[in-house]
Amino acid sequence: MAEYETHEYDVIVVGAGGAGLRAAIEASAQGAKTALICKSLLGKAHTVMAEGGIAAALGNVYSEDNWEVHFRDTMRGGKMLNNWRMAQLHAQEAPDRVYELEAWGALFDRTKDGRILQRAFGGHKYDRLAHVGDRTGLEMIRTLQQHAVHEGIDVYMECTVSRLLKDGDRISGAVAYWRESGKLLLFKAKAVVLATGGVGKAFKVTSNSWEYTGDGHSLAYWAGAELIDMEFVQFHPTGMVWPPSVRGILVTEGVRGEGGVLKNAEGTRFMFNYIPEFFRSETAETIEEADRWHSDKTGNKRTPDLLPRDEVARAINSEVKAGRGTEHGGVFLDIASRRTPEEIRKALPSMYHQFKTLADIDITEVPMEIGPTMHYIMGGMRVDADTGATTVPGLFGAGECTGGMHGANRLGGNSLSDLLVFGRRAGQGAAEYAKGLTSTPNTSETDVQSIATDMFGHFEREGAENPYTIQRELQETMHNLVGIIRTESELNEALVKLEEYKERARHTSVEGNQQYNPGWHLAMDLQSLLTVSEATARAALERTESRGGHTREDHPKTDPEWGKCNLAVRENDNGTMEIAKTPLPQMPPELAKYFEESH
Amino acid sequence: MQLVTMRVFRGDASGGDFEDYTVEMDEGQVVLDVIHTVQATKAGDLAVRWNCKAGKCGSCSAEVNGKPRLMCMTRMSDLDTSWPISVAPIKTFPLIKDLVTDVSWNYEVAKKVPAFKPRAPGPDGHYRMQQEDIERGQEFRKCIECFLCQNVCHVIRDHPDNKEKFYGPRFFVRLAELEMHPLDTEDRTDLIREAGGIGLCNITKCCTEVCPESIHITDNAIIPLKERVADKYYDPFRWIFDRLRKK
Repeated sequence: MAEYETHEYDVIVVGAGGAGLRAAIEASAQGAKTALICKSLLGKAHTVMAEGGIAAALGNVYSEDNWEVHFRDTMRGGKMLNNWRMAQLHAQEAPDRVYELEAWGALFDRTKDGRILQRAFGGHKYDRLAHVGDRTGLEMIRTLQQHAVHEGIDVYMECTVSRLLKDGDRISGAVAYWRESGKLLLFKAKAVVLATGGVGKAFKVTSNSWEYTGDGHSLAYWAGAELIDMEFVQFHPTGMVWPPSVRGILVTEGVRGEGGVLKNAEGTRFMFNYIPEFFRSETAETIEEADRWHSDKTGNKRTPDLLPRDEVARAINSEVKAGRGTEHGGVFLDIASRRTPEEIRKALPSMYHQFKTLADIDITEVPMEIGPTMHYIMGGMRVDADTGATTVPGLFGAGECTGGMHGANRLGGNSLSDLLVFGRRAGQGAAEYAKGLTSTPNTSETDVQSIATDMFGHFEREGAENPYTIQRELQETMHNLVGIIRTESELNEALVKLEEYKERARHTSVEGNQQYNPGWHLAMDLQSLLTVSEATARAALERTESRGGHTREDHPKTDPEWGKCNLAVRENDNGTMEIAKTPLPQMPPELAKYFEESH
Repeated sequence: MQLVTMRVFRGDASGGDFEDYTVEMDEGQVVLDVIHTVQATKAGDLAVRWNCKAGKCGSCSAEVNGKPRLMCMTRMSDLDTSWPISVAPIKTFPLIKDLVTDVSWNYEVAKKVPAFKPRAPGPDGHYRMQQEDIERGQEFRKCIECFLCQNVCHVIRDHPDNKEKFYGPRFFVRLAELEMHPLDTEDRTDLIREAGGIGLCNITKCCTEVCPESIHITDNAIIPLKERVADKYYDPFRWIFDRLRKK
């Protein structure tokens, strides 16, 4: 019999990045007894890595901007597969969430007349990203963290949730362990908010940190919730490529927002050759117009360097394949020849520092070498736009581990605003749900013990599989077979390999004891990594078209029929993965009118 | 591929010692990369904290060849790899295991810093601030909470008992940021002098030297705070003025 400590809350929030912090703050403000549980120390979550800014139609730089333009950009960037209601709420509420951060102490860069400055970013019609140099995520997480601390929310740091518990159909809590001691915890909770971020550690080249193992996606899936859009994976066009040890580390889109341009090894600004029909009417076709656009967004069309990320990542991939890549298999991102060293150091201080320290490159003098890096998953839990409720009563979600908001491709800057808008809504939704329950649901001792048996089983085997080896092979498979460009045969091959890894992951053994043991933690994380990898591979195989962050070499066209449905993934009663087409919610006429001229 | 020997501290609160691991090293690698190689191939249970691997989260602080550093921003090519590279946990905080220490004291201090208290916004419901008025605050807010400044501050490194009466450089930076925030209305001078114990700092600048974000901790945060305390408590004119006002 495993022993454990027990804690009881109205709402527990899993994950302490932007979404989790904002959700916990809101749930607590609504009067719910709230706990925040995170795998790392507080303030280290992946939100800290966000660089460019928070997209919100404040209209401080271009007064023409408003939520309707933001809504339209977001839907078009998502290739119209977004949940329209989420995109609407997001565009409408993002400005208030930014001003709220300011009232909580955030210090955004300013316009000349003292308002919040906004910068240009891919797919956004106007300068829209509130930012702090190129360390906006740090500013956001620190502001939320400090606010949360003063709200008196209980924080469980370095604590990992293993499984959710249910009482009948509804959520009743979670089983977790302290990373430091390996000891078990039982959380009895009326409602759970999952805000665990993404799945990047399933891929070889990624901008994501170790924590991104698809925990929330998998916890929800195992609890019977539905995941949607899992085939849509965003490869950020600009990750570092050299030296090998830094491959994948993010280079902010803000470099292009500040005037940087993409060039191939021949020095050609190749993006002009990759303007898709869908964006032709809003994209500059000449270098002259593209360059004028940086100083006048109303009189000129946007530079193709700032097409949405899926377009730019595919273009870079094609250039490299065509033999016009750099020595290390990337392309050039040049800001050195476009802005003065002072301007670059001022606008992009951490990029300057990152290249100087890690690659011996002075970005004020020479171009950067960059290439695509797995950055974000658009898919996740299906949630109600207004409350963040998933398909399981008592289970809520916010941020990257949810699906719908970004459709087939997310615009840069829309993530930080997503975290704030839907973090708050999920916190509110969970608190209200908890208030509405007359009794605390029950947790079952049998469930807790069976979860514990699985967790500690890794110590009882000897000489079996090394979890690090399985993870490395999984990353290779996902990178090579479920990456930017996909085909039926490779996806099938990936699914065969995933079955093999699943089997091997059941036989991992770990050395040492339960105290702060990363090998053991990884052995457990492998289960969620494999679950999300399978969901992505299966959905990618099913969707026989190309759209946004899903490109099928064998089905290169965007198919209007596929534009009418999401793919939903859920666990069958027999424990296997089932996949189904579900109709895409249709937007009302008063919103549909924004897209009429583009059809 | 080149072979390199890492001399890594292994142990926990009950004791431990350095162990040598010889592993392959790839071009351009940082110390954290090689520690990960050790973990994946030689010691699966080697405890180490890390997140971003890009100098932005402040998780992987350690003492590399005796120098407090972020492992993710310390390149192997800058070290003499003809000798074993020693990697030890930061010293000022209690050891949990291997390279992981108990930094919870910092999170306790954070709770004691009085929250940001803004003035009312302007007539349009929004604040106006000039860029030059927020730049000092932005410098402080670059802090990634790696706690290396806390680690090298000899007020607590050499005298652990002082943790009861001293907040440390990280939190002087935080306090300075709040005190110099253009919108903040709270006065924290008493706290800085008393509970914060700023008088214990004798400005040796060890914190500034070690800061990976190059924040001028001593010159821009600690000294101005000391001046505020001095102005309030030790300015004779102000003292007389306060006495007269009380009567």
